[in-house]
Amino acid sequence: MNEAVTLDRASGARVASEPIGSIPLAFTLNGEARHLHVSPWTTLLDLLRDTLDLTGSKKGCDHGQCGACTVLIDGKRMNSCLKLAVTLDGHDVTTIEGLGQPGDLHPLQAAFIEHDAFQCGYCTPGQICSAQGLINEGHAKNREDVREQMSGNLCRCGAYPNIADAVLEVLGTEKSE
Amino acid sequence: MIRFDYARPTAVAEALQAGAGTHTAYLAGGTNLVDLMKENVARPLQVVDINRLPLNRIEELDGGGLRLGALVTNNDTAYDSRVQERYPLLASAILAGASPQLRNAATNGGNLNQRTRCYYFYDVDTPCNKRNPGEGCGAIGGVNRIHAILGTSEQCIATHPSDMCVALAALDAQVQVSGSAGDRTIPFADYHRLPGDEPSRDNTLQPGELVTAIDLPEDSFATNYTYLKLRDRLSYAFALVSAAVAMRLGDDGRIAECRVALGGVAHKPWRQPEAERLLIGEQPGESVFQAVADAVLRGAIGRGKNDFKIELARRVVVRALGQAAARTPQSQTDKRIA
Ligand SMILES: Cc1cc2nc3c(=O)[nH]c(=O)nc-3n(C[C@H](O)[C@H](O)[C@H](O)COP(=O)(O)OP(=O)(O)OC[C@H]3O[C@@H](n4cnc5c(N)ncnc54)[C@H](O)[C@@H]3O)c2cc1C
Ligand code: SF4
Ligand code: FES
Ligand code: FES
Repeated sequence: MNEAVTLDRASGARVASEPIGSIPLAFTLNGEARHLHVSPWTTLLDLLRDTLDLTGSKKGCDHGQCGACTVLIDGKRMNSCLKLAVTLDGHDVTTIEGLGQPGDLHPLQAAFIEHDAFQCGYCTPGQICSAQGLINEGHAKNREDVREQMSGNLCRCGAYPNIADAVLEVLGTEKSE
Repeated sequence: MIRFDYARPTAVAEALQAGAGTHTAYLAGGTNLVDLMKENVARPLQVVDINRLPLNRIEELDGGGLRLGALVTNNDTAYDSRVQERYPLLASAILAGASPQLRNAATNGGNLNQRTRCYYFYDVDTPCNKRNPGEGCGAIGGVNRIHAILGTSEQCIATHPSDMCVALAALDAQVQVSGSAGDRTIPFADYHRLPGDEPSRDNTLQPGELVTAIDLPEDSFATNYTYLKLRDRLSYAFALVSAAVAMRLGDDGRIAECRVALGGVAHKPWRQPEAERLLIGEQPGESVFQAVADAVLRGAIGRGKNDFKIELARRVVVRALGQAAARTPQSQTDKRIA
């Protein structure tokens, strides 16, 4: 699928090939090449949620203050609410939808379930993308490091100890491989 | 967010041309500019995306220093092995700030040019001389817990929020700038400015000028240093007060040189060379550290809710000097203060 899909707010229907802006944007999204046209003021988070119907990434604050919108850009975790989509031309974006699928969970997703690392689940996609970023960065060696390096993701339900457990388990697995 | 035009130059000269008009803004990581545009505090009509400019490298300088490209991210700078080994004070200060995902987007040039976190500055429904010169200052007489205690004016009591810049001030970094009139080098102490009667200007960059790099001198203070940051929660929060200390001890154990820069207390990273000189030739110890702290804070003015910062800053100076002298720099992971 190489065209923009917009959500018709009134009917909820997905409308194909609706250009939402004038600037071409060619990027890789969850492994697929996408060619869209966007307005320069559209953030990546709004593009994902409102236009591409990828609602896994959450909008907690829209100001970089919570981490619920965390995605991976060229393998690095960033807040999608503060990224203008147009700046991502030529880049590679991975959202929670690209990490795993029902029936084919990413190890972090499985570990979050195993360790009961969420309650309401609102922060979870951002937590998991952030944890994958943390693993890619390779600077975390122990629980203290994980707690500090996951501090860009707030959890209002306070699942922090279990989130740290889940991340540590996958970190350990990756290390022993 | 208002509507704007978008340009994506690939060369510095093109960027300077695109950025020359009024109502233009350079966009780097976007973590501050996009936020301010959402709040209608920043209303550029033309956004110049500088991310394709070739300013994304860290390079050795002749004479032993290091040049940090303006577009290198804060995280890539902090984790660069040369920065970690030679400028651990800078790495520590960067890692004390924001969050990993913000630091992955935030750039060195953007960090220098980030704007104050003053709540009134951010809220366009309240008066602010920085946003709208002549309108008045909501923070003076208002909620000013996070505001400045040193170098303020009756027009503005905002602070510069950066952690990185506090370390750069202590290291005597230099800012490389390009503009239509040519290139120039700005000593770090002259980069940011005090509000005076022109609070709309955060720094001495001229309109349209672009930061291309930050140069670190050879003198890196990699042995006796610390970055100590006090805040309302242990991570992912701006400093209430912070201190960067870069010290050199002589063979006799006496202090040969020492710089103390404070964050969270002024419109720019705060240094007071006369206070620093009190340390020269002294054995490290509580009483001389106290004297320095008193000297640094002598002219401090509280505005009500931020009165506590004066005593807090005094204690931060004493504690940070102690950490640097003892070679026990503050860990940015284990936040207990030794
Ligand atoms: C929730 C949150 C918490 C934070 N916590 C901290 C913290 O604890 N400590 C801390 O230090 N920082 C903190 N930050 C701030 C963060 O460090 C800055 O937003 C970031 O460094 C800005 O860099 P950027 O590349 O994203 O800049 P942008 O947002 O792209 O730009 C910021 C400003 O700089 C200008 N600019 C950018 N590059 C250049 C250049 N090369 N030449 C001239 N002008 C330029 C832009 O025009 C704009 O005015 C926090 C931010 C958020 C959102
Ligand atoms: S302190 Fe400065 S930035 Fe804050 S309201 Fe007053 S003038 Fe504006
Ligand atoms: S929605 Fe992006 S950080 Fe909160
Ligand atoms: S699980 Fe509810 S916010 Fe984290």
